[in-house]
Amino acid sequence: MSDDGDADRTRRFREAALPHLDDVYTLARYLMRDVADAEDAAHECFLRALRHFDTYRGPAMKPWLLAILRNVCKAEFTRRAAQPTPPERSEEEFAADEPLWQEPQASPEAELVRRHDDEAIRRLVAALPQPFRETIVLRDINDLSYRDIAEVLGVPVGTVMSRLARARAMLRARWILEQGSAP
Amino acid sequence: MNCSEAEVLIHALIDGELDAGHARDVEAHVASCADCAGKLAAFRELRQAMAAADLKEKAPAALRARIEAALPLPQTPARAADAVVVPAPVLTARRFNRRFFVGGFALGSALSGAIAATLVLGVFNDEQQQRIAGEVVSAHLRSLQPGHLTDVETSDRHTVKPWFNGKLDVAPPVIDLTTQGFTLIGGRLDDINGETVGAIVYRRRNHVINLFVAPAQGASQGAPQGARRQEPTSQSRHGFNILHWQESGLDFWAVSDIAAGELDEFGQKFRAGLQPSPASG
Repeated sequence: MSDDGDADRTRRFREAALPHLDDVYTLARYLMRDVADAEDAAHECFLRALRHFDTYRGPAMKPWLLAILRNVCKAEFTRRAAQPTPPERSEEEFAADEPLWQEPQASPEAELVRRHDDEAIRRLVAALPQPFRETIVLRDINDLSYRDIAEVLGVPVGTVMSRLARARAMLRARWILEQGSAP
Repeated sequence: MNCSEAEVLIHALIDGELDAGHARDVEAHVASCADCAGKLAAFRELRQAMAAADLKEKAPAALRARIEAALPLPQTPARAADAVVVPAPVLTARRFNRRFFVGGFALGSALSGAIAATLVLGVFNDEQQQRIAGEVVSAHLRSLQPGHLTDVETSDRHTVKPWFNGKLDVAPPVIDLTTQGFTLIGGRLDDINGETVGAIVYRRRNHVINLFVAPAQGASQGAPQGARRQEPTSQSRHGFNILHWQESGLDFWAVSDIAAGELDEFGQKFRAGLQPSPASG
């Protein structure tokens, strides 16, 4: 009986949660940057969400999963910061010598221009400081409402609005700079 | 409104997050301020560029497989007998240190508790109704699988309604709400609580609404059918909103992932459409 209940619960969880895997993975990529770290974070997010599925009463599934994912990533960064050895490099050092975003290399020539733009936007978003990066990703890529973003981040809607304004202003400034320096 | 207020609010305008009053205020300011008008145009362009760029990542197949293996479905009896290798649930992520998840774990549950507390919902008291609500969500999810949404696909209610004739004990009322923001896209037979029921399918933007219609529980005994009426109650279940009401001896269950307020609006409009209009008597 309890086995049936567990199986039923897992089935319902799969049906409700798995459709959001791409969204979870996308946010994980922008938060963790490293592909393997992003996969681990997404994986842990789903395990944790399943454990809490019984007490889940809303809001919508997507913001709930993204809130859990964000906690997973924060816990991982906290853990790394607390580790004495080997000495961790700061985010800035990472940013300095590692590409923030890697694209698959081969692509048909007709797609190259569009690809180039997509890749540039991706790279510029990935380079934004963390609070602004997560806000703009949740809005413009994960497509959440301001209220859902406020719940995911645990901040008032007003804070979401001001961070989003800053994020877009920074993004636009860097975008213009980049286009200006293009041949 | 001054420029520093407008600087923040133009984003809410672009994102469609302002009510009509505030939207008018921002538009009025932009109309009289070339600087803010330029910003509005530039940020609209940026938003469009981001929407056009395919920025959402596809989860790698290996990750999907890893997560699916951690969420095992029950084996069917026939397969369970000869199944030798059942993927063991992968209990921790590969490279993360489990020990350090404890802090985040507690944080996670506190956060989801806080999110849950922000929603005020009507409650289904009846255990039977709770069970049916679970089946309604499952049926809704099934309907979203490719090719399962409609048996008869049309936006014409005069096609949907007769299609149900002879297939069900009662003819579900089919109301066209297209002009009111809910597009009728078809109908289908479904199965709730072991009974065949009618499902009328609507679309709101990209979201599907299933409206399940069945004879009201106990409608044949007690009060005459037309008298059975129960005001709508709503709840949220696994991320879906559900609205239930009884009318004219029928049980109605609307389910969708649109916001609870929008589903309420759908219920109101549908029920208003059920009332005979004064003109037709």
